[in-house]
Amino acid sequence: MSSNTVISARDLSLTFQTGDGPVHALKDVSLEVEKGDFVSFIGPSGCGKTTFLRCMADLEHPTGGSLTVNGASAEEARKSRAYGYVFQAAGLYPWRTIGGNIRLPLEIMGYARDDQEARVKRVLELVDLAGFERKYPWQLSGGMQQRASIARALAFDADLLLMDEPFGALDEIVRDHLNEQLLHLWDRTNKTICFVTHSIPEAVYLSTKIVVMSPRPGRITDVIESTLPRVRPLDIRETPEFLDIAHRVREGLRAGHSDDL
Amino acid sequence: MGWLALGVLAWALGWGINSRLSHGPKTRTTRLLVPVIFGLTIVVIWECLVRGLSISPVLLPAPTAIAATFAKSTHILWADFVQTALKGALTGYIMGCGAAFLTAIAIDRFPFLQRGLLPVGNFVAALPIIGMAPILVMWFGFDWQSKAAVVVVMVFFPMLVNTVQGLTDTDAMQRDLMRTYAAGYWQTLFKLRLPAAMPFIFNGLKIATTLALIGAIVAEFFGSPIKGMGFRISTSVGQLALDLVWAEIVVAAIAGSGFYGAVALVEKAVTFWHPSQRSRA
Amino acid sequence: MMRNLLPVLTIVATLLALWYAAAVALNAQWERDQAARAGETLTLPALITDTWSQDKPKLPAPHQVAVEIWNTTGAMVLEGRGFSKRSLFYHSWITFSATALGFVLGTALGVALAIGIVYNRTMDMSVMPWVIASQTIPILAIAPMIIVVLNAVGISGLLPKAMISMYLSFFPVVVGMVKGLRSPTPMQLDQMRTWNASASQTFWRLRLPSSLPYLFTSLKVGMAASLVGAIVGELPTGAVAGLGARLLAGSYYGQTIQIWSALIMAATLAAVLVGLIGLIQRITLKRMGMA
Repeated sequence: MSSNTVISARDLSLTFQTGDGPVHALKDVSLEVEKGDFVSFIGPSGCGKTTFLRCMADLEHPTGGSLTVNGASAEEARKSRAYGYVFQAAGLYPWRTIGGNIRLPLEIMGYARDDQEARVKRVLELVDLAGFERKYPWQLSGGMQQRASIARALAFDADLLLMDEPFGALDEIVRDHLNEQLLHLWDRTNKTICFVTHSIPEAVYLSTKIVVMSPRPGRITDVIESTLPRVRPLDIRETPEFLDIAHRVREGLRAGHSDDL
Repeated sequence: MGWLALGVLAWALGWGINSRLSHGPKTRTTRLLVPVIFGLTIVVIWECLVRGLSISPVLLPAPTAIAATFAKSTHILWADFVQTALKGALTGYIMGCGAAFLTAIAIDRFPFLQRGLLPVGNFVAALPIIGMAPILVMWFGFDWQSKAAVVVVMVFFPMLVNTVQGLTDTDAMQRDLMRTYAAGYWQTLFKLRLPAAMPFIFNGLKIATTLALIGAIVAEFFGSPIKGMGFRISTSVGQLALDLVWAEIVVAAIAGSGFYGAVALVEKAVTFWHPSQRSRA
Repeated sequence: MMRNLLPVLTIVATLLALWYAAAVALNAQWERDQAARAGETLTLPALITDTWSQDKPKLPAPHQVAVEIWNTTGAMVLEGRGFSKRSLFYHSWITFSATALGFVLGTALGVALAIGIVYNRTMDMSVMPWVIASQTIPILAIAPMIIVVLNAVGISGLLPKAMISMYLSFFPVVVGMVKGLRSPTPMQLDQMRTWNASASQTFWRLRLPSSLPYLFTSLKVGMAASLVGAIVGELPTGAVAGLGARLLAGSYYGQTIQIWSALIMAATLAAVLVGLIGLIQRITLKRMGMA
């Protein structure tokens, strides 16, 4: 484990006890995420990708194995505000303006007033929402709300971004646009991003590393290092190289649940 | 006979106009105008019936008689209003709702207490609390304090139940977001849960306004110094001075709807963001 | 529901304990005065037991109320005098009959008005705002007047009280039924139109079933309001029968135990009636798959 490792999971397991017996949400998951990586987690429902992300965020507690974030436990990382989390729904407070919503984590974490103002301006520019500070969430479209949610996660100094299917509820045209923007953002800010998705093209387009997972028990079936260049225009999605990687992902998914087909 | 014919004419006219207006486009003006016309029509018919059928004023006074009594008794009506609505109902309302709100926050950290208190609270809120009025008069005396006490008892549980419901309404995702910010209990309470609870809290506050005035007035039926709306109503009924009774009812109606309207206005300002305040279906 | 049993019992036990303590606190002054007059000193255990057995306590202890209730209900039934004029069952029956009659009338009137409002635009725009506004008006205040006026035209006894109950229960029913009858989604209404369903068919097969959950909630509120109306209706004319009359009589003669027993009886009546509606609600909605 080098000093460049942001997340290190060793034989991570999480078992729920339910009325129908134990559910192995995660079983012996091992993975290393380096600084600056863009890692996608893809798999069908129940494969544990969201559970894994939530373990990294200290929103779930594993029942076995080990997990370190920035060299410390997940709880310590959470308490030191080491990451920003983006949920599937924007979850903005309707009683606060967009600016107010972005200020929310800054207020909680105790940033100074002028610092707050500067940060709000900066992140709104990053997600292309400059000038929307005084608008209310319901005045924005779904895509814009999600961008505001991402901006909120960028406002404070966390080098790690955990995103749980953030574009899942949006239509494909908006999704394409946001994918492009996210890549630009990643390039500019150099954050480490862990991204959960259902969509194969999205996973291949965005990531430097694709983690294919499968259910029952939740486990990793394949880790694919992407050979695509760092700078990617949208039409890279029609190149043979892209299709090869997508094919490999698809194979991994098929192998994962061939037992219940 | 002429009066009855006038009454029928008024009904036909009023209904006709309203029919026309209702089947046209729904604007803010028509929404206000139609019920007002309806109300006026009722008042006119009332007047016509009383005069046409020569109904005794002891039974049902005419609107004009009520208006006359109202005009000449304003000092009595005002004194009664201050006694019942301001001293009795308003103080009880503030104390009762305040206590309920603080209790809700106090038990917020103890799910065990919440689980026990909510069913009991719902039960108590459905009881004829007004029955406690004689007991409270005995404890607190005849004056406005016992009436305020009745109001406190009446508004406490509905307000408590609504506030607790509001505080537990935040969804899991919002609470998770607060956890990712490592936010403390008080930060989460003030920045997330209290603003999110406001629609429920105001629902409770509005219900409490109606309960407060009823409580204060009915409590006076059980004993009161020689002023107060409930006192005036029960004694005037005894003297068969029904026009004064109706005048008091008019005051009660204005007070009740005014109080409710004021709270609704504050609600509009505080919960401007809630879908129910934004959309105009 | 079992999960809530322990917390509920804890709260109830705590409330009973507080009640006993409060009884000591409120009744202590009288005890001390008595002791001072007799020139005796009062020990704490004696003070406590005495405050729990006064004749006209400021706050009767729970067991005193329980004994009084038993004396006027169970004990009388056992003596075969279950419906004598001093039995709480008799008084409860009087209040209950007014409540029930008023409730039935109020519900019928409320449902009829709600249907009118939903199906007639003129009624909707003229009457509905008044229904909503009337909820902010303390209608209970005119109870004495209604009793007296109706007595003057020769209607007395059960009917005037039932009128008040009817008036109080009909508003929640109108508001709830209107919401309920309007609850089907535009999609469901469109579907009825594609089948060329008549207004009556749409009413019986879609609107009415959808409105049942709302109706039951309103019925519970209406029942509670009806009971309050019947009790308050018994106050003005110095009525001699009914739970409200017992409350009034108790307060005139300083019979606090009597007041509390009437109050507890009224509370029990309310709980039983609302619980009954709740039971019917659960059964009906379960059979309709909506529970």
